[in-house]
Amino acid sequence: MAEEEELKHEHHEQDLPLVLLLGLDPSSLQKFFPKLFSKFRFVSPYELPDKSMDQFLINHAQSIKVLICEGGGEAVSINSEVLNCLPSLECIVSVSAGVDHIDLTESKRRGIVVTNAGTVFSEDVADYAIVLLLDVWRKISASDRYLRSGLWPIQGEYSLGHKVGGKRVGIIGLGSIGSEVAKRLQAFGCSIAYNSRKKKESVSFPYFSNATDLATNSDVLILCCALTDETYHIINKDVLSALGKEGVVINIGRGALIDEKELVRCLVQGEIGGAGLDVFENEPNVPKELFELDNVVMTPHSAVLTPESFSALHELTIANLEAFFSNKPLLSPVNYE
Amino acid sequence: MAAPQQPDIKDLPVVLLLRPFPFISSYTDIFSNKFRSLNPSTSSLPLNQFLTTHANSIRVLICSGFKPLSSETLECLPSLELVITTSTGIDHIDLNYCRSKGIRVANAGDVFTEDVADIAVGLLLSLLRKIPEADGYVRNGFWLSKGEFPLGSKIGGKRVGIVGLGSIGSEVAKRLEAFGCMISYNSRTKKNTVPYLYYPDVRDLAANSDILIISCALTDETYHIINKNVLSALGREGVVVNVGRGALIDEKELVRSLLQREIKGAGLDVFENEPDVPKELLQLDNVVLSPHKAVLTPESFSALHELLIANLEAFFFNKPLLSSVNLE
Repeated sequence: MAEEEELKHEHHEQDLPLVLLLGLDPSSLQKFFPKLFSKFRFVSPYELPDKSMDQFLINHAQSIKVLICEGGGEAVSINSEVLNCLPSLECIVSVSAGVDHIDLTESKRRGIVVTNAGTVFSEDVADYAIVLLLDVWRKISASDRYLRSGLWPIQGEYSLGHKVGGKRVGIIGLGSIGSEVAKRLQAFGCSIAYNSRKKKESVSFPYFSNATDLATNSDVLILCCALTDETYHIINKDVLSALGKEGVVINIGRGALIDEKELVRCLVQGEIGGAGLDVFENEPNVPKELFELDNVVMTPHSAVLTPESFSALHELTIANLEAFFSNKPLLSPVNYE
Repeated sequence: MAAPQQPDIKDLPVVLLLRPFPFISSYTDIFSNKFRSLNPSTSSLPLNQFLTTHANSIRVLICSGFKPLSSETLECLPSLELVITTSTGIDHIDLNYCRSKGIRVANAGDVFTEDVADIAVGLLLSLLRKIPEADGYVRNGFWLSKGEFPLGSKIGGKRVGIVGLGSIGSEVAKRLEAFGCMISYNSRTKKNTVPYLYYPDVRDLAANSDILIISCALTDETYHIINKNVLSALGREGVVVNVGRGALIDEKELVRSLLQREIKGAGLDVFENEPDVPKELLQLDNVVLSPHKAVLTPESFSALHELLIANLEAFFFNKPLLSSVNLE
């Protein structure tokens, strides 16, 4: 009887579907997503230097049907070169909201489906956009530093902030994150306007067809859109100029949505009023000029870092993989257009 | 019809200034066209002596929220009928004396309400999502050397207990509901028009909350309303945010609870002995500290000036005051 049980167990392990991990540390994944490891087997080139990744894929991943990857500044780029080494690939599961690290055109051409984190992060990311905004307008981090440096008894009152109510908020990208941002800021008495690829007929907020016009009519721009060819550097010199001396930019999307050099120049020269940035063009590198500025709040791409988001992502990832392997519809497929 | 003449300055009613006012230059002319000011800081006499000598017929004064207004000073003003403070709080004024002499008190009304609510929410979110810590992480180069930042806490779904559901508490509740929080409150009396759960006892409120927000007035009843029992009921995962007055919390006990990790964190705009902040707090990563600046926006200061001038005009024309406080 015992022998049979053992055989069953071994057989079961061998039967666990095989998944490729790209750009993810397997031990880190196991720590945050333990259930994945009881349901799937993983192969990963993680320890190898990049140059040998292609070779690893050729040697070990020819029959791989699905891979998990992450997004963000340090993601492995899933491009033609990588896809060429994965002839059996049918599905890419990204544990991020953004999919700008994946060549969607190539994936579509090869019949590969891509899934992302869907809306599991939306509330936490929206919350982060609000707190970055409150911090810039009401100088929360700056005055916390001021107080800790012992200057309150010596230099007295810290400088004025800005009232939140009555401010005009311009949201770029009114998807699930942008909508959550709008809902929260309305409770503070802000007015909302937006720019999106297309006007949304079910939404009553004023629509602007381009970012410059939105900026002209806003006190703050909040970037909640995906990074695509169209939105690369959507915040450029013209938009920043239209936003003006009192204007603030909040970015919880991708660093490359903003012409970072131009943003830094505007901030240093006082041509815009401030910025709250969770993402940068070349993470984890952050332009050093920003460190001198008290009207800038910088965070290390941490908008999704809550246990609740991770837990929800864990469940979603398992659900997507199980759906794939049982030929059921995926839960959070990315639309290609 | 001849244009009305500029009033002779001698005819303008007099206001005693125990603090500089106006303090926004755009209101200087408006003020000086309507009122004359008596200013003790222009004299080398000690305050009470100056008042006894020069302020016999003063009917109204403007004071700040930071300096106590004692009965010793008030006794030098036999004709005083109205105290106007530029603060929301009136705990710095000898209210017993005012009550006994029929002196009315007017405060900043609701001009600061939204700004204080915004800071309460800002301190809470900064604390839960570790923003000052994250900003420091980047500025100190740790993102490069140490890698990923630790997890914060989600805001939605948290149970918020508001101590003092007045104008500020209501504005805080409105904002946090939009983030998906559940609101309960403690107040002197239950408010039948609000949809939130009422706890007559602060300790019970704390036991049923993840977050306590203190936004009530400081009175004899509310002194140290947040004490050892309440902090203990709040528990290891609880956080407290104070935008009221420092003395609403037993600060020694709060510091001890934070150091021992008996509560998870605190966001503080006010302290028992400003501008002195307990040194232990300056080293902690589970607090967000603010130098009593909840009201410091140009917009609220403008609104304050409008309100004060309107109150003075109402007073001198025997009309109802706009922001008089019930001293009962």
